[in-house]
Amino acid sequence: MTQRKAALANDTISVRVNGEHRRVYEGLSIADLTRDLGLSPDKVAVERNLEVVPRAKLAEVMVEDGDDFEIVTFVGGG
Amino acid sequence: MTGKTANESDRDSWTVAGRTFTSRLIVGTGKYSDFAQNAAALEASGAEIVTVAVRRVNVSDPNAPMLTDFIDPRKVTYLPNTAGCFTADEAVRTLRLAREAGGWDLVKLEVLGEARTLYPDMRETLKATETLVAEGFKPMVYCVDDPIAAKQLEEAGAVAIMPLGAPIGSGLGIQNRVTIRLIVEGSGVPVLVDAGVGTASDAAVAMELGCDGVLMNTAIAEAKDPIRMARAMKLAVEAGRNAYLAGRMGRRMYADPSSPLAGLI
Repeated sequence: MTQRKAALANDTISVRVNGEHRRVYEGLSIADLTRDLGLSPDKVAVERNLEVVPRAKLAEVMVEDGDDFEIVTFVGGG
Repeated sequence: MTGKTANESDRDSWTVAGRTFTSRLIVGTGKYSDFAQNAAALEASGAEIVTVAVRRVNVSDPNAPMLTDFIDPRKVTYLPNTAGCFTADEAVRTLRLAREAGGWDLVKLEVLGEARTLYPDMRETLKATETLVAEGFKPMVYCVDDPIAAKQLEEAGAVAIMPLGAPIGSGLGIQNRVTIRLIVEGSGVPVLVDAGVGTASDAAVAMELGCDGVLMNTAIAEAKDPIRMARAMKLAVEAGRNAYLAGRMGRRMYADPSSPLAGLI
């Protein structure tokens, strides 16, 4: 267990999500990332390094070290 | 006279970017005390379109209730807005995300000039309209009550012109009926008063001027009883529309008796 934890710690990468720095495991798709954040990928839109990622590709595009994500949804507004 | 009946007004509808709606009232979804009240007010308003904002998800509380849980985007048309954007680039970026979040190309563009008045920045608004149209969006555009600016937006491809009646959230009512009327007369696309309505009579005035619809948020959300005010707005929009279609009487400077003068005892 400790061995696995150590291995995972070595396999994390640094990203920004909505302006906040976080470390996530390497090898995640963007859909995985949103699920890890507790979000449903079909209720959000994702921008990666200022480019919108089409929803159909969220499961294909891999999270890379240094990525800057904006994850948005609809809220009340006038 | 033609054989029109009162029921024909029930079939009144308007079309924007190929989509037809029967309600001429568009309501916002901000400032309500909770989503349930918002949903109830929407129901009472009879609106078929709601404006929504695009914001960062709350990563620290992903299980917080979401608007889409209370107002079903499959039943009500979501009109994503660019509220809070002060440049064309910010607005376009926001709507690209909105399109991905919901798949809609019908959007509400607003590019603000300053925080104090929330007056639109027309130079940036026009620039954003051109970019959005080139990318296949159908922008309904919030703008100043200026007939020339309105025409320029229409030429740039705006699918609806939405002049302010008064500053956003002010509730001051339609400040310049003459320019709103000029915009209506000159426009080949729907015109909706967006912003400034404070109470039901303001909405009726907008409709009596010949507008195709009215968009409001604060007037309903900040009423003491938002659900009753939503119903009042529904009725006011319908009343104003019917008065416009009926064609009001001419104005006279002096009295004109309604009872015959002949046959007086």
